[in-house]
Amino acid sequence: MAASFDFNDDNVVVVIGTGAGGGVLANELAQKGVHVVALEAGGRYLPEDYINDEWESFGQLAWLDPRTTSGDWRVARDFSGLPAWIVKAVGGTTTHWAGASLRFQDHEWKALTTYGRVQGANLLDWPIDAEEMTPWYDLAEKKLGVTLTNGHAGLPGNNNYLVFEKGAKALGYKEVSTGRMAINSDWNDDRMPCQQTGFCFQGCKWGAKWSAAYTDIPRGEATGNLEVREHAHAARILHDEAGKVTGVEYFDRDGNLQFQRARIVAVAGNSFESPRLLLNSASSMFPDGLANSSGHVGRNYMRHMTGSVYAIFDKPVKMWRGTTMAGIIQDEARHDPSRGFVGGYELETLALGLPFMAAFLDPGGWGREFTTALDHYENMAGMWIVGEDMPQETNRVTLNHAVKDQYGLPVANVHFDDHPNDIAMREHAYAQGQAIYQAVGATRTFPTPPYPSTHNLGTNRMSEHARDGVVNRWGQTHDIANLFVSDGSQFTTGAAENPTLTIVALAIRQADHIVREMSAGSL
Amino acid sequence: MTKTASPREMTRRQLLSGTVAVSASFAIGAGFIAAPDAAWALEVTHLKPETMATLVRMARDIYPHDQVGDEYYIIAVRGYDSAEMAEMVEAGISALDAAAQGRGFDSYLSIGWERDRVDILRAMEESHFFQAVRGGLVTGLYNQKAVWPIFGYEGESFSARGYMDRGFNDINWL
Repeated sequence: MAASFDFNDDNVVVVIGTGAGGGVLANELAQKGVHVVALEAGGRYLPEDYINDEWESFGQLAWLDPRTTSGDWRVARDFSGLPAWIVKAVGGTTTHWAGASLRFQDHEWKALTTYGRVQGANLLDWPIDAEEMTPWYDLAEKKLGVTLTNGHAGLPGNNNYLVFEKGAKALGYKEVSTGRMAINSDWNDDRMPCQQTGFCFQGCKWGAKWSAAYTDIPRGEATGNLEVREHAHAARILHDEAGKVTGVEYFDRDGNLQFQRARIVAVAGNSFESPRLLLNSASSMFPDGLANSSGHVGRNYMRHMTGSVYAIFDKPVKMWRGTTMAGIIQDEARHDPSRGFVGGYELETLALGLPFMAAFLDPGGWGREFTTALDHYENMAGMWIVGEDMPQETNRVTLNHAVKDQYGLPVANVHFDDHPNDIAMREHAYAQGQAIYQAVGATRTFPTPPYPSTHNLGTNRMSEHARDGVVNRWGQTHDIANLFVSDGSQFTTGAAENPTLTIVALAIRQADHIVREMSAGSL
Repeated sequence: MTKTASPREMTRRQLLSGTVAVSASFAIGAGFIAAPDAAWALEVTHLKPETMATLVRMARDIYPHDQVGDEYYIIAVRGYDSAEMAEMVEAGISALDAAAQGRGFDSYLSIGWERDRVDILRAMEESHFFQAVRGGLVTGLYNQKAVWPIFGYEGESFSARGYMDRGFNDINWL
């Protein structure tokens, strides 16, 4: 029953990566009868394999292949080899995500028109808008079983949320709730409800949180039209004299180079590996890499303006109990330049276990100033700030020819500098976060610098015109008709919202488009 | 190989009979360090015992938790007592002692007040040795499962069916 396609089958769609973009695309195509080979660099881990232990789980799931960093972001100093915390496994980063499933706000599709030109920023309107995306968001929310949609009840709030909610209301915030989450509040989609276990970031052992690993991927495989090849590390995409892609070279689990022919190739390796793959696929016909006539492959990297606020109270909170991200304040997500910056941010509760708190509360910090904070770990509450950071052309992924990976290929270097708008937004958010906790009696508060990025966007962005980006409104590269991008690297701008729901919606829509084009004979 | 002796294996007399030095918190003998009351002992094979004792003191001074016993800091740094690490550690501790002597003390370990020891560490916090020890402690100390209850952290949760019925929202002071 399991599909198995021949290397020389040039009728297959090859999807690189099986996360929110690639995993959903692969399944949606398979459901419509398209033959798909999905190449996944990592292995397959399911709920029975996940581990309720932060560092052990990190070793199991995290992408640890080398990358280098540069720029003034603190990540380059504190975590120079780990610019992102994402997943290398079937299901991709949907394995460890927190589940926040928010639609873009209408104006966020038109950031340049709405915010105006921002000096030093490379703002651009998406070539699509809210009206276009509404039906696809509808389908995505149904697929993920998002709470507070389609009759799904909201999740109950844990201790960390209750502190957050009280402070939010004391400050007069109105849009406070346990949020739209892709975590079952009741039995749904043959998956049980959340048990408030507290290890969402380590993979949900109950399967209550949606992940492509145990939904879209196995469903696609059950059609007989999807073959997932694990431990298949894509190295290069090849093309013919006409400039059409012909297939993907990849290293299999034994380290041998294989070539899978393809009718269409969809790149969904997350925002470092996707542009890296296109750049490493440079040829004499495309000396700057595939689909890079604009020069934008790798550029405009966004990771959301992030940061955290932790607070200590004089009584226990036990924030680690229950969902890792348990609630949201959305009032600050609006565009309101009177605050001193364009765009907005969401505030979402966040908890780390003691081991990760020691690593991320104050990277490099030591001495009693640091240890007195951990002494009160039991009395800590925490939130994460997710805001729209400015796309900058100089924030980019490039090939680092001085550093090679285990296959001899140059690794990705990630360069990032904060934009003044990012800094102004973060400072505002730190102040608000502090005020929220002080309103509930916090005795000590900590602004915490951004972690290795879990939201990675923009490096193959969508644009109306080929000169401004890499892909068109369908995620199809401007330069090569049968080459698509299907992950968050498509994002023209980052908006204030967690990206997964939008990536899923775009993938469902892209599958629909690809099938129509294939039927019409255009692809 | 290093091992930690239990109190039964060493009486106080036995301990003191083999001891060549006693600081405020360590008894130091030939090939071992121990708690002054013999609550624990650690055999040391590649490092000088004084070096290991100083390393343990340094570890606590980097991440001081008064409610966390020495045994956890020892577990965190005992891996440095190896053929591969010995040269680096001896050199690093030597530099630490030299800095202490430069300030008029006999050794780092002999300094009575934490504040004076921390001043020395702060002056060398950019050094490779300090950063290696500090970085290693982030997991070496805080990823010990036995340390977690001291901070209230409850660890693994799936086997107890999560916190749905175990107080995920039991906060009572809001």
